[in-house]
Amino acid sequence: MQKTVTSPLPPRDEAYNFAYLDEATKRMVRRALLKAVAVPGYQVPFGSREMPLARGWGTGGIQVTAAVIGPDDTLKVIDQGADDTTNAVSIRRFFARVAGVATTEATADATIIQTRHRIPEAPLEAGQILVYQVPQPEPLRKLESSEAETRKMHAWGDYGPMYVRLYEDIARFGHVATTYSYPVLVNGRYVMSPSPIPKFDNPKMHMSAALQLFGAGREKRIYAIPPWTEVKSLDFEDHPFEVQKWDEPCALCDAADSYLDEVITDDLGGRMFVCSDTHYCEGRRDAGHRGRLLGTDAGRALTRNEE
Amino acid sequence: MQSISSRSPLGKGFGDPVLASQRCFRLILAAMSEPGTVQLLGEAVEAPAHVSPAATLVLLTLVDHETPVWLAPGLDAAAPYLRFHCGAPVVDVPSAAAFALVDGSSGELDLGAFNSGDDRYPDRSTTLVVACAAFEGGQGVTLSGPGIQGTRTVSPSGLDGGFWPMVAASNARYPLGVDLILSAGERIMAIPRSTRISVPTEAG
Ligand SMILES: [Zn+2]
Repeated sequence: MQKTVTSPLPPRDEAYNFAYLDEATKRMVRRALLKAVAVPGYQVPFGSREMPLARGWGTGGIQVTAAVIGPDDTLKVIDQGADDTTNAVSIRRFFARVAGVATTEATADATIIQTRHRIPEAPLEAGQILVYQVPQPEPLRKLESSEAETRKMHAWGDYGPMYVRLYEDIARFGHVATTYSYPVLVNGRYVMSPSPIPKFDNPKMHMSAALQLFGAGREKRIYAIPPWTEVKSLDFEDHPFEVQKWDEPCALCDAADSYLDEVITDDLGGRMFVCSDTHYCEGRRDAGHRGRLLGTDAGRALTRNEE
Repeated sequence: MQSISSRSPLGKGFGDPVLASQRCFRLILAAMSEPGTVQLLGEAVEAPAHVSPAATLVLLTLVDHETPVWLAPGLDAAAPYLRFHCGAPVVDVPSAAAFALVDGSSGELDLGAFNSGDDRYPDRSTTLVVACAAFEGGQGVTLSGPGIQGTRTVSPSGLDGGFWPMVAASNARYPLGVDLILSAGERIMAIPRSTRISVPTEAG
């Protein structure tokens, strides 16, 4: 893979072990990762460690990345689809410092992508690893608060209550109301939470060429989807799964195939819809695609230094 | 290639434990993620007697004081090496082992003797490092399942005639079962329990 590295290779801070974690912790996480890959969608317990970032900043994902990453990797970190949020910048700086790795905003140039809330719009490639930061790994938790009970339900494939809950939505609203963390069935066996990605992204998990790893720090769980694995969003024959759709394309790059965020543009109720994946949007604009508000004041407020 | 340490009769472990184990892990992860692919673990290592460099590197990467190891008869010379380099307890009972080092050519190999996890904790199962002769020249078997786009045919050699039917039967118990890392020379190939195995029936 040709690398266009956005940032120069940083010096590694030798005061820390490579990638911060000690070797015994890395081995423990690595063993959990291999079991997670061998049983796709099953949540493997692991001995989560404290990390030098506040909880809620994705300590599970960071531990997974730390156990996997090497000096030759190129890391991309996204939060809500954007590379430039505080959370994404902090995690990227952390790994630049403790592992001396190159970082990038370009999806195609990354060997490891750590994410919260989104899967990039550009299709992932074989050899890439997508690491999800997961706040709540248990898809059955809203139905059953006891860990012993949810573990039994997974053990026996007792997912009837989950289908009942989804069907109750259909009875009340005419459709399944869940739009984030929409549950999936992995390899025909385990119901899994895809973490709080929009259901728009669920189809990207199915038969992906990339390896997908999930880390939940507070809940101490690791799970995985190997490449080329069946991932099916739960649905019903008379109410098939559908992703969100928008009435208009991205106001900046005119994309009609990406997940759009609503942005308020003024005090008078003006609003626009723009790509959540900032790198994807920039790439389309660089390629000459122009949305209806590109170049206007409202558009300029969102496009950094571009014309 | 590398000089034998004059201090230890055991042979050297990783030259650079931090980065070499990271490189090995990524290759083991790639092997487990894409069953049937062959990965080259190219790190320099002095393997114990009758153990391949690849099998040695897998154990150095994953095994420590938290992971009891079982050694098949004939491979017990590896015990002092694993105690010294990994601090790993070597156990007598296969079902107590987190990792096992076995010989795929042996008709004595019994996957049922190992821990296949339980339905609430299928992860608490044994990972077997299985010696074979090479990754070509043997009976072809067809793999499918997670990590495989369509099907993949593999033909490792030096495996007992009962090996693949036994693995196929073990994997039919999914999500219970054991995960295999085949090793030959400096190469590995993983067959996790999620892989479905189709063994051609012998003609005549
Ligand atoms: Zn856009």
